[in-house]
Amino acid sequence: MTTGKTFAYYPGCSGSGTSVEYDKSSRAVCEALGIRLVDLPDWNCCGSTPAHQVDHVLSAALSARNLAQAETLGLCETLTPCPSCLKNLHNAVEHLREPGFGARVNALVERPLTREHSVKSVLQIIYEDVTPEKVAEKVTRTLNGLKLVPYYGCLMNRPGRSMHFDDEENPQALDKLMRALGAEVLPFPLKQECCGGAMGVPDNRITSRLSGRLLEYAVSLGADAFVVACPLCQMNLDMRQAQAGDYYGRGFNLPVFYYTQLMGIALGLDKTRLGLDKLIVKPAAALAKIGRKAKEEAPAASGAGRTAEAEVEA
Amino acid sequence: MEPIQLGNGDAEFIRKVEVESRQDMKKCYQCGNCAAGCPMSFTYDYTASQLIRLIQLGQRQRVLSSRAVWMCATCETCSTRCPNEIDVARVLDVCRHMARREGYAGERNVRLFADAFLQSVRMNGRAHELGLMAVFKLRTLKFFADLSLAPAMLLKGKLPFLPHRIKARNEVADIFRRFKEGRAEDAAGGKP
Repeated sequence: MTTGKTFAYYPGCSGSGTSVEYDKSSRAVCEALGIRLVDLPDWNCCGSTPAHQVDHVLSAALSARNLAQAETLGLCETLTPCPSCLKNLHNAVEHLREPGFGARVNALVERPLTREHSVKSVLQIIYEDVTPEKVAEKVTRTLNGLKLVPYYGCLMNRPGRSMHFDDEENPQALDKLMRALGAEVLPFPLKQECCGGAMGVPDNRITSRLSGRLLEYAVSLGADAFVVACPLCQMNLDMRQAQAGDYYGRGFNLPVFYYTQLMGIALGLDKTRLGLDKLIVKPAAALAKIGRKAKEEAPAASGAGRTAEAEVEA
Repeated sequence: MEPIQLGNGDAEFIRKVEVESRQDMKKCYQCGNCAAGCPMSFTYDYTASQLIRLIQLGQRQRVLSSRAVWMCATCETCSTRCPNEIDVARVLDVCRHMARREGYAGERNVRLFADAFLQSVRMNGRAHELGLMAVFKLRTLKFFADLSLAPAMLLKGKLPFLPHRIKARNEVADIFRRFKEGRAEDAAGGKP
């Protein structure tokens, strides 16, 4: 467990807007697990999807300025909660190793990078360095009774030959972490199928169609909630859930938690640090399921015991 | 698809795509895995594998004017599943870059959203959702799309009215300015 290890932290723009609860709960969970985060001073937007769709050198230059900010802290390991930021920062590091690419990027930025950098998701550090086993030891309130559908989105671990995290076709990090908290994790074959990504603004019929399919499947499995690790996926599934419902001619009412919010609950962190009130689909009904299974099953189990005893006597 | 006369391909186009994407187009043997897994195929005119084939055949005009290069969501399913490890998503990105540089109209809303987003980054150093949405709506006249989402987001404090401006936003603006001036290419002795 990386207790006390310090990382540069890149919150990303959505962390102070559309995914404010993700940033907040990520910080709270990292603190509880002994992962020390130092904010990149005066960081800028990584350019997200639009930048890499316009030019890879421009995109890398925007990321390189952030990594140069990490160097001012004496750090070269950066963490971010957001997979889109992760992808841009990570690709910048990877592309800078290609011949000719660095010279182009350096012609755009104020301060060229002087060190080799690594960029990882907060999830990767919690999963690989802290490990689900150690997380389980810290659980003070088990999520027993909560049925979750884990949704990873596209970017965090694909392609595996570049991202080097988890399985590229059947990732397990969220599954195992949520099980470590005591939740029931349902097998979800669409765990990496695209939610529509950044297409919501240009044409929300696309996000409705793709996210709606995920919602329909999750509901058919009997899930109480989604658990996600991406601000854009969360927004498409939560904020745009009513649009997806209209598109499919049905209503959905499925809360979409960030994994850090559920970790925060299980680790007994102060609720005010988890931003549960920021979710658009109200999570109260799902949260009420926590602990219920244990209570309901206890008498059932003793009943089953009695039956077995009766059988023995017979 | 209309028939293509073999031997009329634009060799320079093939070379440019290969150099800019650092991918070898000859490696594709048209298994179709990329197209089979693509979640955006339903919006495409050519599938991902057809686009790769068109690039192999040097069909510059067909590729750069296709809807598909603008609709790719960069989900990386294609790049993940290619048995020859071609980064198909990177190839499509590069085709979109070329289409932009060469003035193809492309998919208007997709292009204008990217422009509005990057304008916000250039001005503030960070993306400001409310501001960029206003710019996007003014340019596309799509005033009512997503309007129903705004009240809840505002109420939850998820759409700040004012941008979070960084101190050194001049450094970010300079990155965009130098990019526009073609400094990156000058540094490398011209576009590959």
